[in-house]
Amino acid sequence: MNGTDVRTAEQATAASPSPTTVAFADLASRRRTESLAGLVLLGAAALAAIPALAIVGLLIVRGAPALSLEFLFGMPLHGMTAGGIFPAIVGTLWLVGVSLAFAVPVGVLAGIYLSEYAGEGRVARIVDLAIVNLAAVPSIVHALFGLGAFVLFMRLGTSILAGGLTLGVMTLPVIITSTKAALQSVPHSFRLASWNLGVSRWQTIRHIVLPNALPGILTGIILQVSRAAGETAPILFTGAAFYLPILPDDVRMQSMALSMHVYALVTQIPDVPLEMKYGSALVLVGTVVLLNSFATVLRYYLRRNRKW
Amino acid sequence: MVNGTVIPLEVRDLNAWYGTRQVLKNVSLAVRPNEILGVIGPAGGGKTTMLTCLNRTLELAGGRSEGIVRIEGESVDKVDPNELRRRVAMVLPLPVGLPMSIYDNVAFAPRMVGVTNRRELDEIVERCLTQAALWDEVKDRLDQLGTRLSGGQQQRLTLARALSTEPEVLCLDEFSIAIDPVTTMRIEAVLVELKKQISIVLVTNLLQQARRIADRTAFMLLGSVIEEAPTEELFEFPKDKRTHDYVNGKFG
Ligand SMILES: Nc1ncnc2c1ncn2[C@@H]1O[C@H](COP(=O)(O)OP(=O)(O)O)[C@@H](O)[C@H]1O
Ligand SMILES: [Mg+2]
Repeated sequence: MNGTDVRTAEQATAASPSPTTVAFADLASRRRTESLAGLVLLGAAALAAIPALAIVGLLIVRGAPALSLEFLFGMPLHGMTAGGIFPAIVGTLWLVGVSLAFAVPVGVLAGIYLSEYAGEGRVARIVDLAIVNLAAVPSIVHALFGLGAFVLFMRLGTSILAGGLTLGVMTLPVIITSTKAALQSVPHSFRLASWNLGVSRWQTIRHIVLPNALPGILTGIILQVSRAAGETAPILFTGAAFYLPILPDDVRMQSMALSMHVYALVTQIPDVPLEMKYGSALVLVGTVVLLNSFATVLRYYLRRNRKW
Repeated sequence: MVNGTVIPLEVRDLNAWYGTRQVLKNVSLAVRPNEILGVIGPAGGGKTTMLTCLNRTLELAGGRSEGIVRIEGESVDKVDPNELRRRVAMVLPLPVGLPMSIYDNVAFAPRMVGVTNRRELDEIVERCLTQAALWDEVKDRLDQLGTRLSGGQQQRLTLARALSTEPEVLCLDEFSIAIDPVTTMRIEAVLVELKKQISIVLVTNLLQQARRIADRTAFMLLGSVIEEAPTEELFEFPKDKRTHDYVNGKFG
């Protein structure tokens, strides 16, 4: 019995093995291919997961001993070679907060416009293309833009405001595209049904489209929060201070930031205990992983409650 | 004017285009008070497009029209499109339960025009679901999702929703295309009951459906109304050969 034999239907019926046996043989070989493909894919997935797990594992092993309440909630001491990282944590929250305050309203409204109002015209396509390209701009270029636009031109100086806005600009394109994608995943038939009831375009968006797109929009935002928290380059010249052991209370101030702090500890200061470097990196990565996991759980939970 | 009463809906010399392609050519029709006007004809003949001119949703589908459409004597261009869509209700071919509870589905349109009183909404919901022959099946589970009902139930929900704006004219576009024969018959009975209060335009792909419940029937072909007559007359003694061929199933 030869599974690779190519036969026409006539030959197959004429030859001794019945068509059923041929079909079964095909099925067996198809199963083999199937399990082989499964193995290869599993291998690829494992290969992708190993570095991630290795990094997290290393950080935990080396950094966990540094973690303590004093480390998390204390001020840095002795030129950052001792003490805690609290101002950096608070600074990151400020920066992310400012970036959200800018990028969420602008991004969501722009996403709504592009999905619900812009149509398919040439202008819409050009705007789409611009946004996709903007999303691919390296973060150091955003940094230079932020320096030029916010720090110098708008005279905001190196400040939380300028740094946050720079992060906001960086996250904006993805917030726009994920909002748009979430809105477009709501079936068009719902809009049509609503319009046909004499419900206005905006009311339809507000009461039908947005509530059902919210899970997707939220997930997109959370993923950008974790990105904003993790990036160093955009805040390098726009908002982050190298060493400023006070808690900021105004967006016009500079502040420390976790990502910047890790960068400083690792490359700029001699005599920092190794576990402090790893500990700071662990807090940073922990924050990002936590936010991403939250996004994943949220998405799972909201998917399960999908209304159609 | 017919017999001194205002014509609920009147179409005169209506032309429509998608882009540069003309899909309606000088269509004229009138829906009289308390009648069901059937519209039959092969697919692509412009039946759906004609309906979208009645409540001005053609614009939303990227089309454009010229000509006269009057609701109770008033040009629809002078009516706010959203108000018009409440007066000329539309049931689409595929049932669509909105992603909200059964109750909210029916209360949705009234709420959007500002009805907030719970008693008033309760009344609307019960009236519309009863009219659509769905009340008995769902009265104990009004808070269940409308999207989880069966196809036939969702189409009746769609009908109940269409009635929630108290329309003067009800349009149905091949409503039975995706539902079972039993539900189809139930909705047909509902329509016969409804026409005592309002006028109905019934676009249908089922010749027998037009024959069963339409008072008059129009035959549309390639964007034109070929013939319009009392239903029995159109089926038994068509004046046009093309109508004759279509109603006798001889259409290629
Ligand atoms: N949104 C649209 N854009 C472009 N052409 C359309 C659109 N809708 C319908 N048409 C075309 O218009 C013609 C009439 O279609 P339609 O009104 O749907 O006919 P029917 O309902 O009788 O099947 C068809 O040739 C169809 O391809
Ligand atoms: Mg149609």
